[in-house]
Amino acid sequence: MINVLIAILLAAVISILSVNVKWKGIISISLVIFIVLVSSYVAIKALTGKSFELLIKGTMLFGNVPVRIDALSAWFILTINFTILTGALYGFNYMKKYREMKSRLTLHCIAFIFVHFALLGICSVQNAFVFLIFWEMMALSVFILVIFDHSRQETIRAGLNYIVQSHISIVFIMLGFIYVAFKTGSYSFNAIADFSNHQSTLAGTALFLCFFAGFAIKSGFVPFHTWLPYAHPAAPSHVSGIMSGVVIKIGIYGILRMLLLIKTDYTTIGYIILFISTATGIYGVMLAIIQHDLKKLLAYHSIENIGIIGIGIGIGCIGLGAANKWMAILGFTGAMLHTLNHSLFKSLLFYSAGNVLQAAHSVNIERLGGIIKKMPHTAILFLIAALAICGLPPLNGFVSEFLIYGGLYNWLFSASLISLMALVFSLGGLVLIGGLAVLCFTKAFSIVFLGNGRAPGHDEIRETGFWQLLPMYLTVVFMICIGLFPSFFINALQNPVNLFTHDVIFNLNLIKVSAIDSLETINWLFLGFILFIIFMLVLRKLVSSHKLVEIGPTWGCGYATSDSKLQYTANSFVRSYSKLAKPILDIEKKEVEIDEIFPAEKHYETSSYDRIERIFIDKPIRLLNRLTDLFLFLQNGQLQRYILYGIIFITAVICVPLILDKILTILHFLNNL
Amino acid sequence: MLSITLILLSAFFFTGIIVRTKSITSGRKGPGILQPVKDVIRLFKKGSVYSETTSIIFRISPVIYFSSVLMACLVIPFSSYRGIVSFDGDFIFFAYILALGKFFSIISAMDTGSSFEGMGASREALFSMFAEPAFFILIGSFALLTGHTSFFDIFSTLHLGSSITYTLGVLAAFILVMIAMIENSRMPVDDPKTHLELTMIHEVMVLDNSGFDLGLIMTTGYLKFAMYGAIIAGFFIGSLPLPLSVPAYLAIQALFAVTVGLIESFMARFRMNHNPQFILALSSVSFLIFLGVLLVLEKFV
Repeated sequence: MINVLIAILLAAVISILSVNVKWKGIISISLVIFIVLVSSYVAIKALTGKSFELLIKGTMLFGNVPVRIDALSAWFILTINFTILTGALYGFNYMKKYREMKSRLTLHCIAFIFVHFALLGICSVQNAFVFLIFWEMMALSVFILVIFDHSRQETIRAGLNYIVQSHISIVFIMLGFIYVAFKTGSYSFNAIADFSNHQSTLAGTALFLCFFAGFAIKSGFVPFHTWLPYAHPAAPSHVSGIMSGVVIKIGIYGILRMLLLIKTDYTTIGYIILFISTATGIYGVMLAIIQHDLKKLLAYHSIENIGIIGIGIGIGCIGLGAANKWMAILGFTGAMLHTLNHSLFKSLLFYSAGNVLQAAHSVNIERLGGIIKKMPHTAILFLIAALAICGLPPLNGFVSEFLIYGGLYNWLFSASLISLMALVFSLGGLVLIGGLAVLCFTKAFSIVFLGNGRAPGHDEIRETGFWQLLPMYLTVVFMICIGLFPSFFINALQNPVNLFTHDVIFNLNLIKVSAIDSLETINWLFLGFILFIIFMLVLRKLVSSHKLVEIGPTWGCGYATSDSKLQYTANSFVRSYSKLAKPILDIEKKEVEIDEIFPAEKHYETSSYDRIERIFIDKPIRLLNRLTDLFLFLQNGQLQRYILYGIIFITAVICVPLILDKILTILHFLNNL
Repeated sequence: MLSITLILLSAFFFTGIIVRTKSITSGRKGPGILQPVKDVIRLFKKGSVYSETTSIIFRISPVIYFSSVLMACLVIPFSSYRGIVSFDGDFIFFAYILALGKFFSIISAMDTGSSFEGMGASREALFSMFAEPAFFILIGSFALLTGHTSFFDIFSTLHLGSSITYTLGVLAAFILVMIAMIENSRMPVDDPKTHLELTMIHEVMVLDNSGFDLGLIMTTGYLKFAMYGAIIAGFFIGSLPLPLSVPAYLAIQALFAVTVGLIESFMARFRMNHNPQFILALSSVSFLIFLGVLLVLEKFV
């Protein structure tokens, strides 16, 4: 079976290499659809309770490789499949503009298929070795996807930043696996479970934290997030959508998988995750607000949403530790549903940003404006996704956030004093995240799509073609389905969540906040809400149908000639916010004071930087550079010297142990005297 | 059903009472109590002017804004009667559906491309965002106190027994009055009667709305006041018998309206850049309530 899959993969690669440009895309899409169909079939079966198991007979290198798709893998496989599918369909049309770059497209198509294949592989193998191979395959293919536009220096820089950091993540994960293999002698995932059963809780927690650090770099938890805001904007839009939608979620999968395997002190782990996640969420959205590059803004929102997912996981863990059933169920359900939700609306947002980029040739929001009149479909799609990401009803974001709130309020009644403080912290954090997200997306939507155009070239903007909009509409339909019929998806999540909760004995005397039952009621409320809005719109139409409706200029408050430059800008929209947040953020302002009576042209410029990046990345690198500069004299470009260094090294390797040995003998001799 | 009827009834008179209070304290004759309602009816009869800059967002926003507030009213209970719907965590729904309305009112203001309306929108977005944690921690504290997470259950099991719980009730009322003032863009955060666009928040956001839309937005404003009044009343009425609770409810609503009128008569608006600090202070007060609840539940032992 695996041989067949690999053969198909190879055949596809070879055919992509050999056919002409148009067919490259078609072949990749058909292969993606094929993989989606096969894996979804297996995954749906696994989600309904029949795990798929397969033991691939070992080679010398790996030993036997167990493949198992359980409910958790299945949920992530389905999530991955949908976004990869829409990404492929969107990307096919998006990349039509680059048809003349044949070699780049070939590489792009192959890398795309490899990413999909690797992601599915990561979700299904149960062997550390093969897991790492798939992980590396994913990291490298994503790197190739990101640097599609590699003639721009920023793209290369972002790509390198990404690849370096994802290898740091691999180091952490590898360290964890090697430690387990060192203790148990096996690279199978079952060994990790064995290990945690036999070692102390402290060792288990340490192991989990090691894995967590590795996966957190991939997912973008603060302070491991710094690669993310560079890589997402540099990539082509469908790749940004896929990266933000599913590639960073594979880190979440890793964390959840390790939680399943490592049986340890869940309460401590839960508090750590909860704290980091709340900080991640708040920090992500705080930085998102001050971004002026639409794609960078969305990238920071991915960090925020990873934070929300993390809060769900944290609550789930604490629920497991405290034997609080509903808290655990709601936390994990919320986290996993939000994983799906975020992959939907975030990919949709990136696709919309891609449409804007192709039409207006810019994603600098200060140069955009009034696009809703030129691109109504894109604008409405962006609006729906923006509402969803803010967690506003009646869309899918609300459902998962509601579940997480439900988990938090379940905790309320059984918490001790200290944990109540943690609870208020994360509750306040979650609310603040929601509020700041509203601020951010009202800014992004209204500056990009509303008002008048701010830059020349506004008149040439045209709506994107039907085929590029189609995958976006598919995503929206899916999002609305989750928003209006959440119980179906919550039921589908029963099996994955059960994996976490089934062998914990719960304390049943606690007060239950049944957020899941509440969602049933909320369903009807949403339907009523939508119907009422339609009713009101019709009523308004009827009332105003025979009345005078005039069109005039915007009221300029007494000023006669209004200009598009007089509009509120993104910077001014968030000015009071950035003044408030100044102590936390790093905002640089270049301003020239106006002092003469008839001032000449003046410039005003603000830019922001990530303070955590300054502290955790830039500073250590600067120190490292200073250290290595000390040895600069060694690098003098003379070949003879280099050969000399080599000889000195070899001699040292041979002689140092010998001399040490001699010294030890002498010491031994002296001791015996 | 009773609850929503009472809210609608109070919304009818609420703004009128505020205006009346203000005119009495300033020694004017002033308009009648029903003048705000008459204003709205007049607006409903009028035609409208739309800016050429605006898009469909501007046209659908007032309707969504109104619907969201009406929807939020549905979960509010009255005494021993549930709201139209009541479920665990309904206050989360309440807050988020209001946020939806706000989202649309903000982008609708931005849709006009006017610099003044952008100013109002930006302030509205920031201020209401800061008010939200205060609300959630407040309701969370009472959820902890009562062991329930829906408006109805919280209100019906809330017993104002000891002196500490009375203090909590008063503090809660204070926070809710302040949140209501922020959400309705009233003094001391915003001055609805100012004539300078630069110092407005809500008024400047609706500069370009006219006719039916403006009427709808004003109705929403009245409804919002009555809605917060109903929540405040909920904290004090408990489950009194009907002949007592209805007059008590109406009295509390009227008292709330008079308070708003008095605040507006005797207080000046804060400086715009002091507003965020003031709103953040609200969160601290609600944290104080939370600590008070911990004290009542003897969690500090």
